[in-house]
Amino acid sequence: MSEENTQQVEGHGAPEAVGAVHTGHPTPGTYFKVAMILSVLTAIEVGIFYITGLSYGIIPILAVLSIGKFALVVMYYMHLKFDSKIFSGMFFFGMFVATGVVFALMALFSWFLL
Amino acid sequence: MAQAEAVHHGEHEPTTTGLNHRKLLMWAFLGSDCMFFGTLIATYLVYKNKSLVGPFPFDVFDIPVTSVSTFVLLMSSMSMVMAYAWLVRGNMKGFRIWLASTAIMGTTFLAFQVFEFYEFVHAGLTPRTNLFGTTFFTLTGFHGAHVTLGVVWLLSILFHSFRKGGVTPEKNLDVDLAALYWHFVDIVWIVIFTVVYLFGVFEGFPNPPMSGPAPH
Repeated sequence: MSEENTQQVEGHGAPEAVGAVHTGHPTPGTYFKVAMILSVLTAIEVGIFYITGLSYGIIPILAVLSIGKFALVVMYYMHLKFDSKIFSGMFFFGMFVATGVVFALMALFSWFLL
Repeated sequence: MAQAEAVHHGEHEPTTTGLNHRKLLMWAFLGSDCMFFGTLIATYLVYKNKSLVGPFPFDVFDIPVTSVSTFVLLMSSMSMVMAYAWLVRGNMKGFRIWLASTAIMGTTFLAFQVFEFYEFVHAGLTPRTNLFGTTFFTLTGFHGAHVTLGVVWLLSILFHSFRKGGVTPEKNLDVDLAALYWHFVDIVWIVIFTVVYLFGVFEGFPNPPMSGPAPH
């Protein structure tokens, strides 16, 4: 993690100002690695989609892959892993309510009585 | 951390939490937008496979094409975070190149969506055709509107950066907020791609019973 938590301004001629402080954000190299992982996960998603033998097993697999991509973007690109927990609370409260609404409506429409 | 956050953006106004008010407001907005898209996704799911007439998802969805547009949007998220990283490091040229790349990829994604909608309409699917059309166009249409707003926002920042003192490494909060918004539309699409497209075409996905409100 010490590799990821970089000191900002590395010889790019930026002034020694408030923008040059340590932010704890990842390096561009880490951002690129995350992008590659996201691409691979998307490719796996599409690949799995064409494997007909998986039947209903495809649902949890795609769900996990999608959650993984979601988490990577939120943690690294939106910096929630490195920012204040209050930001995380604001966002995840909305997300949990949204998830609750989805499952409540699905239950209301008898989705789980198959 | 909170104090570092305030210093990071070069703003020193005292706040109760020690966090920047604008950034806190942006996160509150994103949380509320989660609920907004949550209701649209829920509506799509509960009416899934309840259309009495076609076209149905497996008649119109083209997964390879949508996979490419998904990849483009994912890469735009990377270029957006690169733009922010370059700005914080004081490299304005790199910042502008990455920001312009983000806007271009966002526009490309929108072009894919327009193409997709055009194809669907030609296949006989409109928002008035059936429940699938209504819920699909509402959900993806609102997402497309969010992307459009994001592209306009990014372009306005790009043009603003050419003005003296418009966007500087010390005043990077405007870019940080735009980046948060952009990444949000990306994560919403991650969910839509899986739930609407991949699950939509998968033949073995369970069909809810024909109960509840009567479909048209």
